Amino acid sequence: MSANLDLDTGIGLRPDLQLIAGWIKPGSRVLDLGCGDGKLLDYLAQHRGVHGYGLEIDTANVAACIARGVNVIQADLDDGLRDFETGSFDYVLLTQTLQALQRPDEAIEEILRVGRSAIVTFPNFGHWRVRQALLSGHMPVTKTLPAAWYDTSNIHLCTVADFDALCAARGWRVRERRLLNRAHREGWSIRLAPNLFAEVALYQLRGRLGS
Amino acid sequence: MQESGAGGSVGIVVPQVVDIDVPLILDCGRLLRRHQLIVETYGQLNAARSNAVLICHALSGDHHAAGYHGDERKPGWWDNCIGPGKPIDTNRFYVVSLNNLGGCRGSTGPNTVDPETGRVWGPDFPLLTVRDWVRSQSLLATKLGIQQWAAVIGGSLGGMQVMQWAIDLPTRVRHAVVIASAPQISAQNIAFNEIARQAILSDPDFHGGRYYEHGVVPGRGLRLARMLGHITYLSDAAMRAKFGNDLKAPQPSFNFDVEFEVESYLRYQGESFVDRFDANTYLLMTKALDYFDPARDYDDSLVAAFRQAQARFLVIAFSSDWRFSPARSREIVKALVDAGRPVSYALIDSSLGHDDFLMPLPDYHLMLRHYLSRVADEVGA
Repeated sequence: MSANLDLDTGIGLRPDLQLIAGWIKPGSRVLDLGCGDGKLLDYLAQHRGVHGYGLEIDTANVAACIARGVNVIQADLDDGLRDFETGSFDYVLLTQTLQALQRPDEAIEEILRVGRSAIVTFPNFGHWRVRQALLSGHMPVTKTLPAAWYDTSNIHLCTVADFDALCAARGWRVRERRLLNRAHREGWSIRLAPNLFAEVALYQLRGRLGS
Repeated sequence: MQESGAGGSVGIVVPQVVDIDVPLILDCGRLLRRHQLIVETYGQLNAARSNAVLICHALSGDHHAAGYHGDERKPGWWDNCIGPGKPIDTNRFYVVSLNNLGGCRGSTGPNTVDPETGRVWGPDFPLLTVRDWVRSQSLLATKLGIQQWAAVIGGSLGGMQVMQWAIDLPTRVRHAVVIASAPQISAQNIAFNEIARQAILSDPDFHGGRYYEHGVVPGRGLRLARMLGHITYLSDAAMRAKFGNDLKAPQPSFNFDVEFEVESYLRYQGESFVDRFDANTYLLMTKALDYFDPARDYDDSLVAAFRQAQARFLVIAFSSDWRFSPARSREIVKALVDAGRPVSYALIDSSLGHDDFLMPLPDYHLMLRHYLSRVADEVGA
């Protein structure tokens, strides 16, 4: 999980993560891919009785999870989810990491194999600030995309429209879609022109019918 | 049992011998009416008896894990990890370390006298399994007044005992820390063990295991066994970095004397091992390693085995370890996840090889420290 969304609330959970927490049924089994310091899983365990595991590559983050008492497995997401059985989780989470993967489409297929539902969030590359930067001839550097083009870990950025198209093409069912601005709120502007005004996109997906 | 330690050391420690007079039925079908275990403890057992930690040793380990015996210059084998303010913090935990049954450092084993015959056990000592050790250790726990361990911790063969504890005696283990271990050893590992055993068994001084009565030790065999073992405990890169291809002299001498640094190292390791270890115990330990397979008791399903466990697990592997590779630790983690057990897994970037589990690598000790500090909080230590 990137640290570029840092709006904390009183309970110490970012609003986008609070939204995700609201989607998760109490007592379910959750796998959080790129779980960072484990804050979300910690919250889900304490407030929703969730039995969860996080996957994380960074050693400092793994240590932070262990210090919190969050189950964490040190592994590289690009190595895939082959160690996880089909249908073994209720939800598999991928927050703000999709755009940094080698093959985001294959990753989501794998996520939908392992989890009954996938919860995926990503920065919207269709946001007007991004478009403005590109129109002025430069790669965008925004609050949700803070790195320069040469040192960003983001290699597969997409817009809300692109992601909708991918879901349709693969037959993934969109159960929930929430689009948030930089303050992690859903304003009137987003309702008017989502792909232009949303900075963060949150999706809950199910696999193809019958799969 | 101990004097106050300073500067992170538990200080001078005095081992004690604990008599276990409850009969022990072994996996091989034989019965040990009584046995003795030599034990060291560090730290204080709290009033609730909730802060006890068991250390399980590996192939050639013993009870002397931390601190110093009176006349020693070298501390116990895991002194960098056990002590006041260390990852296994003796300010908070009561740490118990023993020499396993069948060992050669003071517990009942092949080099001790069988009270029923008045003769040194030698080859008559029963072969043991990791399950036997866990039963023996559980009798020790009861004797020490410990109903439940806050944590059971071990590396390599020690990690196998940790897993077996969690499976066989689920209510007696709160946390299981499994380091550089495997759910069962590979054919390659059994092959290494077999060569080590053949080296001992074919030594003319072995005398069918009755070498004590002949006043000799099968030193050549034991030395070779240890030399072979040492190759597998180090990574290729570590050996290259440590020894290179350097000749000890400017020119080759064209004979079989020690010419290369690595030869000198292996001979030294082999030699010093003969002075401190017993060949029959080495045979017994390697067999216990080969026999370990907790899945075997559950229709070859490690998942089913781990469903018995109630402990939370921390599994740690080292990137340069090829004897007990990270892939083997991932098998443990996968089975635990499939069994719905709480588990964390850390892969420590390392260069030495299997021996890294004994080294004070900062990331490694950080993970242990974080994990065990929560355990201490949880048990009110």
